[in-house]
Amino acid sequence: MGNKLSPLSKAFLVLIFLILYAPIFFLVFYSFNSGGTMYDFKGFTMDWYKELFKDTRLLIIVLNTLVIALLSALIATVIGVIGAIGIRSFTSSKAKNTVLSLNNVLIVSPDVIIGASFLILFTMAGIKLGFYSVLLSHIAFSIPIVVLLVLPKLQEMSPTLIDAARDLGASRWDVLTKVVLPYILPGIFAGFFMALTYSLDDFAVTFFVTGNGFSTLSVEIYSLARRGISLNINALSTLLFVVTLLLVIVYYFITQRVRQTGMGGKR
Amino acid sequence: MRNNLSKNIFFIPYVLWIALFVIAPILLILYYSFFDIEGNLSLVNYQKFFTPVYLKMTLSSFWYAFLITGISLLVAYPTAFLLTKTKHKQLWLLLIIVPSWINLLLKAYAFIGIFGTYGVANGFLEVIGIGSQQILFTDFSFIFVSVYIFIPFMILPIFNALDKLNPTLMDAANDLGASRWMTFRRVIFPLTIDGVKTGCQVVFIPALSLFMLTRLIAGNRVITLGTAIEQHFLVTQDWGMGSTIAVFLIIIMFLIMFVTGNRKQGV
Repeated sequence: MGNKLSPLSKAFLVLIFLILYAPIFFLVFYSFNSGGTMYDFKGFTMDWYKELFKDTRLLIIVLNTLVIALLSALIATVIGVIGAIGIRSFTSSKAKNTVLSLNNVLIVSPDVIIGASFLILFTMAGIKLGFYSVLLSHIAFSIPIVVLLVLPKLQEMSPTLIDAARDLGASRWDVLTKVVLPYILPGIFAGFFMALTYSLDDFAVTFFVTGNGFSTLSVEIYSLARRGISLNINALSTLLFVVTLLLVIVYYFITQRVRQTGMGGKR
Repeated sequence: MRNNLSKNIFFIPYVLWIALFVIAPILLILYYSFFDIEGNLSLVNYQKFFTPVYLKMTLSSFWYAFLITGISLLVAYPTAFLLTKTKHKQLWLLLIIVPSWINLLLKAYAFIGIFGTYGVANGFLEVIGIGSQQILFTDFSFIFVSVYIFIPFMILPIFNALDKLNPTLMDAANDLGASRWMTFRRVIFPLTIDGVKTGCQVVFIPALSLFMLTRLIAGNRVITLGTAIEQHFLVTQDWGMGSTIAVFLIIIMFLIMFVTGNRKQGV
């Protein structure tokens, strides 16, 4: 195990990282191009960023995307935690596995299927395509991942903790809010965060259920990109990249803290 | 008794979610697949699916998904293997994952710039003397970008499987006179096969149903099952045929999960 990486292996890893990051830095680099194309760098400019912040339509779309992401992540986390507690309380392992498989259907289903079936669902239920249909779909496809991230925390919690609280006279509600929820909090945070990134990242499902008049960033970028290159998108992607990096750093520190408290030692 | 009732009321949101957003959509897809474009009950969609046009499309979709999964595996396995040997492996792994959190649309958009007529890729080809080529809207660009997008999802499960491997096993194989290749083929690979299966599953199913990349990168030359579903639902409005293709995609999905399934230890 202790053997060092050979130069060839190192070169291979460097190449992989280069390929993974090159397109992203490529976008960032040309967002400063005064030439207006994604080749032939003419000179440094911040014009595309200025234009971006003047584009009220786009800013509204950014706002829509954020509202949808935060709301859907919040609601999905609440329902997901309820679901995880429910699954945990099953005594028969057969029922548990059935519910878990149902839970995982939306995780393994291709986006196109989810999008198409939700489109049928909303049309039959008479829900107008727009804000609410997008919000409902985002809640729906974020719930299973919250369940999957909360469940292990619940399972590692010793049942004696609950028994002890009950013996000491805690009501069911007290047990839930003062014992169970604090214990599984890291799982809840991880679930919320994942739901947030799922929602921000989604294109296919939203594309199906968005209808006219309402748009999220992914759908907007798609229609812009189909028309060709526009350096506004580059400026936008630079900002998104920075936001993503910040989210990743936050997530990294949350999981690091979880690991620390989990192992009870430093690092 | 009362206790049970309040418990059940508490779980209603989650149960409602399973009923409305997991079970109902699948049933609706199945229901719609029995209607032709005029809304009459018939099996005409299924007849149509077994005509050469659709069978050829299904086969080519499979072929592309197979290529994408295979190439991803060939790149991801060595990468994951080398990553487990680095010093700060969790940090490096995180860096591999970060690009997968960047919005998919932006990455596709970056490649429109890179592979464009005057893009970086063509610039490079000119420098080494091959000269400018049509790269965008070819099979090559489609497969390259798809592999680029799926690689982190392939690396992650393989990395986890390799990371769990007991290093003494390698030492033992070494001591018993196995060559490096033999150690890999007889010890390392069989023990990480679950990670490989999971990786193939999370790449193959989405690869079958890609539809955004086929439009932006492959310029409608490649038609996958996903593209066909999107086309029927959003362009020609023939929901019945779209649902029929979706039914087959769901069946294929379950088959793949069954083949690559290792559900013994849960998720």
